[in-house]
Amino acid sequence: MNTTFSRWGWLALLALGCIAPFVLYPTFLMKVLCFALFASAFNLLLGYAGLLSFGHAAFFGGAAYVCAALSKNYGLTPELAILAGGAFAAVLGLGFGALSIRRSGIYMTMITLALAQLVFFLAVQLPFTGGEDGLQGLPRGKLFGLIDLTDNIAMYFFVFAVFCLGFWLIHRSIHSPFGQVLKAIRENEPRAISLGYDVARYKLLAFVLSAAITGVAGGMKALVFQLASLTDVHWHMSGQVVLMTLLGGLGTIFGPAVGAITIVSLENELADKVGPWVTVIMGVIFVVCVLAFRRGIVGELLALRGRRPGTPQQTAEKTP
Amino acid sequence: MELLGIPAKALFGQLLLGLINGSFYAVLSLGLAVIFGLLNIINFSHGALYMVGAFGALLGLNYLGMNYWVALVLVPLAVGLLGILIERTMLKHLYKLDHLYGLLLTFGLALIAEGVFRYYFGVSGESYPAPEALQGGVDLGFMYLPLYRGWVVLASLVVCGATWYLIERTSLGATLRAATERPELVQALGINVPLMVTLTYGGGVALAAFAGVLAAPVLQVNPVMGSNLIIVVFAVVVIGGMGSIAGSIVTGLGLGVVEGLTKVVYPEASAVVIFVIMIVVLLFRPAGLFGKQA
Repeated sequence: MNTTFSRWGWLALLALGCIAPFVLYPTFLMKVLCFALFASAFNLLLGYAGLLSFGHAAFFGGAAYVCAALSKNYGLTPELAILAGGAFAAVLGLGFGALSIRRSGIYMTMITLALAQLVFFLAVQLPFTGGEDGLQGLPRGKLFGLIDLTDNIAMYFFVFAVFCLGFWLIHRSIHSPFGQVLKAIRENEPRAISLGYDVARYKLLAFVLSAAITGVAGGMKALVFQLASLTDVHWHMSGQVVLMTLLGGLGTIFGPAVGAITIVSLENELADKVGPWVTVIMGVIFVVCVLAFRRGIVGELLALRGRRPGTPQQTAEKTP
Repeated sequence: MELLGIPAKALFGQLLLGLINGSFYAVLSLGLAVIFGLLNIINFSHGALYMVGAFGALLGLNYLGMNYWVALVLVPLAVGLLGILIERTMLKHLYKLDHLYGLLLTFGLALIAEGVFRYYFGVSGESYPAPEALQGGVDLGFMYLPLYRGWVVLASLVVCGATWYLIERTSLGATLRAATERPELVQALGINVPLMVTLTYGGGVALAAFAGVLAAPVLQVNPVMGSNLIIVVFAVVVIGGMGSIAGSIVTGLGLGVVEGLTKVVYPEASAVVIFVIMIVVLLFRPAGLFGKQA
């Protein structure tokens, strides 16, 4: 999306975010925000750098475990625990990135998936992760040692603030010279190389940034639900974030968030009614998106607006 | 008798189990490589179709009284037809797009298959009896060889060898390899490349189902057997590179054996050893053992 999205638009969204917890169930909203941040961070890598990682569950779940262990066993305050989760994910992302960008395209994707599976097995076997049970009953703690987060509304505003910060960081990165170089690499890698850009370095930086923000989202999710479990590191989670991003719109600013809202609501609605069929429905959405709906919800809307006479012509962001 | 302080029987037993897993890695990575060569798609549903193969054998036995040998022929054929259907209705629309869409579509298909079987059969799984002719085993002196396990390794080797021969040594294989390199040129010579692509996908998928039927009596038949396997097979493919058919077979078998040995020496690491090897290979030979340097 280009810069025509005005200041009023942002303010309206901000106001909506402040009213929402008094209208809707705060825990549901917090889940949405965590996944929206997760998907937006993922989109930074896939939508803008054109790198498909199938291993983001490792950053999300790994950070959840770190955040959980630190706040449970060492009584770290929530903001520090989440930061530690983000830092852990960044380091992990540095490792994943350095290994996987040695190969390109589809191989890169397979490498990230395999590395994430390695992290999954470690989470099953390491002593501090609690095996099948995960880490349960985490204290949400006191923000900066002052504000008690056991209250859902307080927790919501903390999550909302972190989400805004993360989202702003992603937005800034995309519209910075760094983001432009990423797009150049996505569109034409040999040309970016011939222009003198150190492509590997840019890819790696995008990987670390994406992993770090994913880690923050994962740590936050652990505190919200007071739980870090194997579900967070399982490859299903990696698939889910791909689906959110794809459904919302690859390479659009709001797409991943819209995708996250859709998928989380769908899951909430369906989980009681259809149980195991949720996986099947996710699979069907995947197939439909790939075959007939590649621009995603936001991408389609943008294309629609671009076609309407009277509005300045804008090119919808190309999918990688 | 002991080797390296480990009872020889345990050692050879694990080695055999490793060879069996290696056979599955080899057959599956072979199918992935053949499909990738011609379709430029990484078939994420490969593991799911392997699982469907195993369930095909189980359901055939329970509901139709189909015996093992019939299943070994019919189930791969049926799954191959399913593959042809998938290719004709869905995959063929994706060839002009980025590779990643093929991966995402087949990932969606894998989720559907896994979800459906999970709904009807739960996650615990059922066991499938080995065929009568292959029950029991022989004592080879240094180890006890259950007949069925020997058969799995033998059958996989034969199928791998036959596929290798078909692709590398026959004129059909030569056309196939040519179509992999230059599809337009081969098409211009009057060969029906789209048909070849369809049959290749069907064939690759049938291989996965064949492995599934072979696996049914050795492993528990359950809905997640495929997804757990396919991720390891991806690592195998990264290690071996998909450039060479023989390379895929050798890498698959070799890594299975390494995994089996790890189970004897340091069981905790057996689940991750292949991923660790992948990391080491990426560090020192990024193109893979048999891959061409890009």
